[in-house]
Amino acid sequence: MPWVRKDLLGLEDLSKEEIELILSTAESFKEVSTREIKKVPALRGKTVVNLFYEPSTRTRVSFEVAAKRLSADVINIVPHESSVKKGETLIDTGRNIQALKADIVVLRHFASGSADILSRHLDISVVNAGDGWHEHPTQALLDIFTLKEKLGRVSGINVSIVGDIAHSRVARSNIWGLIKLGAEVTICAPKLLIPCEIEKMGVKVTQSIDEALIGADAVNVLRMQFERDSDSAFPQQLEYFKNFGITEGRLKKAKKGIIVMHPGPINRGIEIESAVADGINSVILEQVTNGIAVRMAVLFLVAQAQEKIAFSG
Amino acid sequence: MILIKNGRVVDPANNRDEILDILVDGKKIAKVAKRIQDDAAQIIDAKDKIVLPGLVDMHVHLREPGREDKETIETGTLAAVKGGITSVLAMPNTAPVPDCAGHISLVREIIAKTGQANVYICGAITRGRAGKELSDILELKKENVAVISDDGASVESEELMLAAFKKAKKNGVLVICHCEDKALSANGAVNLGFTSTRLGLRGISCESEYKRVKRDIALAKKTQACVHIAHVSCKESVEIIRAAKKDGIKVTSETAPHYFALTEDDVLSYDTNKKMNPPLRGNADLAAIKDGLGDGTIDAIASDHAPHTDNEKDVEFERAEFGVIGLETELAVAITELIIHNVLDWPALVNKMSVNPAKILGINKGTLSEGADADIIIVDTDKEWVVKKDDFVSKSQNCAFLGKKLKGVVEHTVCGGRIVYRASGRGLYNLK
Repeated sequence: MPWVRKDLLGLEDLSKEEIELILSTAESFKEVSTREIKKVPALRGKTVVNLFYEPSTRTRVSFEVAAKRLSADVINIVPHESSVKKGETLIDTGRNIQALKADIVVLRHFASGSADILSRHLDISVVNAGDGWHEHPTQALLDIFTLKEKLGRVSGINVSIVGDIAHSRVARSNIWGLIKLGAEVTICAPKLLIPCEIEKMGVKVTQSIDEALIGADAVNVLRMQFERDSDSAFPQQLEYFKNFGITEGRLKKAKKGIIVMHPGPINRGIEIESAVADGINSVILEQVTNGIAVRMAVLFLVAQAQEKIAFSG
Repeated sequence: MILIKNGRVVDPANNRDEILDILVDGKKIAKVAKRIQDDAAQIIDAKDKIVLPGLVDMHVHLREPGREDKETIETGTLAAVKGGITSVLAMPNTAPVPDCAGHISLVREIIAKTGQANVYICGAITRGRAGKELSDILELKKENVAVISDDGASVESEELMLAAFKKAKKNGVLVICHCEDKALSANGAVNLGFTSTRLGLRGISCESEYKRVKRDIALAKKTQACVHIAHVSCKESVEIIRAAKKDGIKVTSETAPHYFALTEDDVLSYDTNKKMNPPLRGNADLAAIKDGLGDGTIDAIASDHAPHTDNEKDVEFERAEFGVIGLETELAVAITELIIHNVLDWPALVNKMSVNPAKILGINKGTLSEGADADIIIVDTDKEWVVKKDDFVSKSQNCAFLGKKLKGVVEHTVCGGRIVYRASGRGLYNLK
């Protein structure tokens, strides 16, 4: 099936086939990064603008590397250096970027729904690089890509997501994507960090870390964002580690070969023990590598859809 | 003189629902009877149309004075008469706040100059709506302001609210309550539940509403004062009000069209025109609102018309203002959702949108009796139309029903014996 969307806003709206198309496209792009000259001309002459309203190193750099390996020109806009601080609205900023004849905006924003809202006002492509607590589709896609690479399939596997589900866009995108591809998903968190009616997304819910680990093929450990929220819902750091931290001891009770993932940056000793983060089950750095292939695929597909739209009309 | 002929006159205040003629003389209704002859009168043919007392909307934000960029008393009342509403209660979140005689007379002056419909002023419970000290309720009453509210906010202090009820009782003033416990709803943007979870937005729980409904009804009971609960949106609030009425407490309530026409599912793609406070709720809540309308727990339908500029709505969802406009759509939404789906019959709908709010506000409206004020509307109930941004006469277009197909068009609005609106032959809405 062809890709027809000009934007990638989230995984909730995508079909199983669309997700699989991104993954298979990423597979073919993965090899590019192993070449001596790590570049293909797929997006030559295209301009990608990284518009990041929230600090991010990992995601922004990953998008930048992905775009450059596709031969696109990349511009990074950091809000505190720009007119955003002068009160320009998101939509006006987007329109200005469009007027500069950029082709793709990669948006990271603290407000949920920002990518949806921006995409409605722009003709050029919008790729969501994380909006509030809503979605972070490319992170979930790279997580799923990594799982598929390691396990050979996604359908029928058991994945547990552990951590602050309530405030996590990574969790939401992973849940939508994994469920669509036929995985079983369990979420595990302290009660106050489990969002209302999350079962309706098709997941199992537990507050027991041991229960989450037993039978799981993979565990995706979310970062506890203690720095972000003064929310009363947040537990003490040590209390959290004691009850939910991923430790070698806990992994002993899990399936042998359980895959340990983390979207980074990791808080050693808070949500994950160093020995686990650096251990044989960990695929944390492979995730980073796969992120480039996945983002190359996404940029390529939306640019291609854009050309089709321009061509047909 | 105006003679409205052959319309189906639905006038529940007089237990009438039949084909009749209405003769208007000056500002008053002169005669209601079959086959009235009057050669001197201007004749309006209302054959196959429904003729109703002008609607009374007891929850309208006209924004003037203070935010004339959103709406003015002129544009707001033009929007009202286009929607068949001839009387509105103007809510007090303006600048200045109508909390003293001086501010009231300032608003009265603007109404006299530019108002196209009857505008009643809702005074503020507390000075500046700040929730710190009471307005001079006796002074307001002397200015003929018999209704007070801090709408947009709830009075957080229970002690202060108790004092307000006591003073209201003493002076025969109605207290309208915006029920929201801010400690429970702070920073919320949508209903707490699956919608807030999937959209990644902070939720506004039903609890934040119904706990305050409970408190304010308890205070009304204690003081024997009259209380009116504004914009009821959830099931538990309906149940609490129903029980209170059974208990003999002097409580009335209203809901807004969006609460019986839309649910949280409609917020889906971060449409800021679906963002209001209280938020759109779930299916069970919508069903409870309809039940409440059906059994009389909810007395009135009011728009909570809340105009905002595009600048305030075309932003990130959590930063967008709460509220939607409703004056020009509320009757059509009510027809489409309540009449066609047999939730209410015509006399019952007229009660909710005219008779009851008039009674609650203590104003002589909502009737087509001979000698009454000639506030009359003629409605083509079969005509379908699609809600479009360009068709609003309101200064703002933040409507939750954009793109929706609705049934029912106001053909004529007579207010105080004057034709203030007619949908002309050249397109649906050509306002004179």
